[in-house]
Amino acid sequence: MTTIFNVWDFLLILLYAIIPLAYIIPFALMAVYAERKISAWIQNRVGPNRTGPIGLFQTTADILKLMQKEDIVANGADKKLFLLAPIVVFIGSYAAYAALPFTSVYIGTNINLGVLYMVAISGFVVAGIIFAGWASDNKYSIMGSLRSAAQLVSYEIPTLFVIISIFAITQQFNLRELSEMQTSNILNWGIFGFDGLGYKRILLIPVLFVLMIILFISTLAEVNRTPFDLPEAESELVAGFHTEYSGMKFALFFLSEYANMFAVSGLVTAFFLGGYQSPFGYLGNLLGLSWLVPIEQVLWFLTKGILLVCVQIWMRWSLPRLRMDQLMRVCWKYLIPIGFVCFIYITIVMYL
Amino acid sequence: MKSFEEILELLKSNFSGENDISSSKEGTEDIINVSPSLIKEVSKFLASTEGLEFDSLILLSGVDDENGEKVKQEDESNDITGGTLSVYYHIESVKLVHKLILKVSVERENPVTTSVSSVWGCANWHEREAFDMIGIIFNEHPDLKRILMPYDWEGGYPLRKDYRNPEFYNGMKVPY
Amino acid sequence: MGPQHPSTHGVLRVELKLDGEKIIEAEPHIGYLHRCFEKHCEALTYPQIIPYVDRLDYLASMNNEFGFVLAVEKLLKIEIPERVEYIRVITGELQRIASHLVALGTFGLDVGAFTPFLFTFRDREKILNLFEITCGARLLYNYHWVGGVSHDLHPDFLRLTKEFIDYFRPKVEELNGLLSYNKIFIERTANIGVIPVDVAINYGVSGPSLRGSGIKWDIRKNDPYSIYNKFDFDIPVGQGLAGTLGDCWDRYFVRVLEIEQSLRILEQAIAQIPEGDVTSAIPKRVKPNEGISYARVENPKGELGFFIVSKGGVQPMRVKVRAPSFVNLSVFPEIAPGHMVSDVVAILGSLDIVLGEIDR
Repeated sequence: MTTIFNVWDFLLILLYAIIPLAYIIPFALMAVYAERKISAWIQNRVGPNRTGPIGLFQTTADILKLMQKEDIVANGADKKLFLLAPIVVFIGSYAAYAALPFTSVYIGTNINLGVLYMVAISGFVVAGIIFAGWASDNKYSIMGSLRSAAQLVSYEIPTLFVIISIFAITQQFNLRELSEMQTSNILNWGIFGFDGLGYKRILLIPVLFVLMIILFISTLAEVNRTPFDLPEAESELVAGFHTEYSGMKFALFFLSEYANMFAVSGLVTAFFLGGYQSPFGYLGNLLGLSWLVPIEQVLWFLTKGILLVCVQIWMRWSLPRLRMDQLMRVCWKYLIPIGFVCFIYITIVMYL
Repeated sequence: MKSFEEILELLKSNFSGENDISSSKEGTEDIINVSPSLIKEVSKFLASTEGLEFDSLILLSGVDDENGEKVKQEDESNDITGGTLSVYYHIESVKLVHKLILKVSVERENPVTTSVSSVWGCANWHEREAFDMIGIIFNEHPDLKRILMPYDWEGGYPLRKDYRNPEFYNGMKVPY
Repeated sequence: MGPQHPSTHGVLRVELKLDGEKIIEAEPHIGYLHRCFEKHCEALTYPQIIPYVDRLDYLASMNNEFGFVLAVEKLLKIEIPERVEYIRVITGELQRIASHLVALGTFGLDVGAFTPFLFTFRDREKILNLFEITCGARLLYNYHWVGGVSHDLHPDFLRLTKEFIDYFRPKVEELNGLLSYNKIFIERTANIGVIPVDVAINYGVSGPSLRGSGIKWDIRKNDPYSIYNKFDFDIPVGQGLAGTLGDCWDRYFVRVLEIEQSLRILEQAIAQIPEGDVTSAIPKRVKPNEGISYARVENPKGELGFFIVSKGGVQPMRVKVRAPSFVNLSVFPEIAPGHMVSDVVAILGSLDIVLGEIDR
């Protein structure tokens, strides 16, 4: 009975864990608002502009509305699973934030298997979606959730190919070390071949572009966004696996979708766009204020992540939806062979 | 492109029986009257003969001719007995660009005729509608059931001139 | 797929027999919107029927009225002033563009592309504004009367229509760039719902659905009515550019091309329209002779026909409507089997049905 359990340690762990949550909730608020505004601009409309100065409080109003809605549970629904499903999905999305490299000073958990941890946790989300579909007692929900599960599981494979390709270059799964390897200027970013490889970078750059696109597409499929949103849009009847959810549980699904979007954008930036590094020195270093540097790093990371989230929103409102078998075909017939070829190429180049 | 008289001659020469094929004029349109028992053969003939090739049915409509005896009922409406119901076929040829109107008259008390849905697939739903609204029964139709009214409507055939709404349908009061 | 579904263009119930995701049998059930139009007609006088005719295909009211008025005028045998003919053609073509815009927008929406829907509706608003200054209504007009039209055109109408044509031409290119050649859209719609030529003619399919299968058949050219033989326009047909001939993409693209042809007709009509009195030929009492008449027009959805049986009174004895969507939908059980459930939505969207016409 040694003092493994120290109250202060526990509080520190709790603090480390709360920070991403404190980030997710305002981010989700802003992301929903941004999506509605951006989609309105694309579609020649105005978007929300009544609640708050330019409609800024729209999401808050929505959350308040959802909280006071009646919580309907269908009669034949499996009550425990029904309640558990949104919680599991949210836990899956939230736990992925533990490994995102926000700054060099703070990272949720500096686990050496950062990336693999994130991919494993996304399996939680799959389980949550299946719970949701099954517990709804609605055959269309079941079909929707099965499709979603198939889609998520298939698209993890191209993701893994990209991850092991990057591993072949950098020998690092730790996201913080990956970001450290992309220091000092934009030419050291992942997409331009990382630091310290010499002439091999020229050979690697085109392949790294391709890998970035593959990663972006497959993570888009992981979060069920258009053009891969068959499970949650149309799907025979209204809304796929979350048809039967109302009120706060639905809000939780929504929240976890936007949290997921940022998590995968964070993954793409950590790999290819320099993580939290800035493209040109730090203001803190210039001014000699070393405490400014982590803050700047946070800002850079958030900017890049939010930029990618905006690209995802833009894609959603421009493209039609892929049918289920076409979705699978894109994954198995195109992304996986291309990913495999890139991986072989990278290992050959690294071997030279 | 054949004229009306030529088509009439062709039909008359191929189908014997004077009362089976005749022509008449209603308003400004020339129509060919066909007897109910012959309509399917006539349609097959029209659709497949060289030079006629009527490959498309534009319209098939049932009409209540209101030419029977009106029997007055207690509630001031009329019940009609006797008289005829008619089916008008408008057919045309997309290849040879000519049109024709056929008419079949059946008795009100026994409105049975043959279906032409094996010749023109368009007729399938049109005949269902004629059955639903006027009550003409088409033999050899693949699936003759009501199309616009609910499938278990017992109240009769709505477009007949002596149609009255039933009191109740499945427990609900009908004219509310 | 029940009567309430966001993608079935109205209250239509489609019963699907599935094997996993593949369809073995499909049967549409209609009648949810039956409003007893034909029974009403037997109790109304001819001019009173016109507002009811509007509500058949509520997205293309001008063309509906055109057809009905032609059928009655055939029975009455009256001469209509030339200005009235031109006004009917102009409003008919504008209405055709508006209806096609709805069809294209909702088709994109069914397939998952949200944005073209709003672009097409924005342009449709301009057409509806034109109609509003003419007859006061945006959707259901009661404008074409037996023997003429109810009001003359607004003095600014022709100028505004010209401005609209100039504004709208580049927008069709924009729509093409956004949706028609989009790879994902082509994947969703090419080789889906192929209607072979002989099935199409046998089942009486008409309009863009027939022309999508490669057959050049347009009532305006093959059986001309009104003054359409004075205009110079082409009939676009499907050519199987994206896949098989007669698939959903062909039908969709025929509609896009038809918009351009309608713009051509509009330009010529605006240039040629004469002056005249539009209400001079409207009879005080519409009392046709005894007889039957059948008149058909080219509705945006297909061939719309009115079959009127008159016994000489002020009320018709029987009015039967040959609705194009009714006949187009009857081909659905033939072409649906073998596809997946997500394709049902694409096929129904490409056939462009309006339940108001089907159920009357």
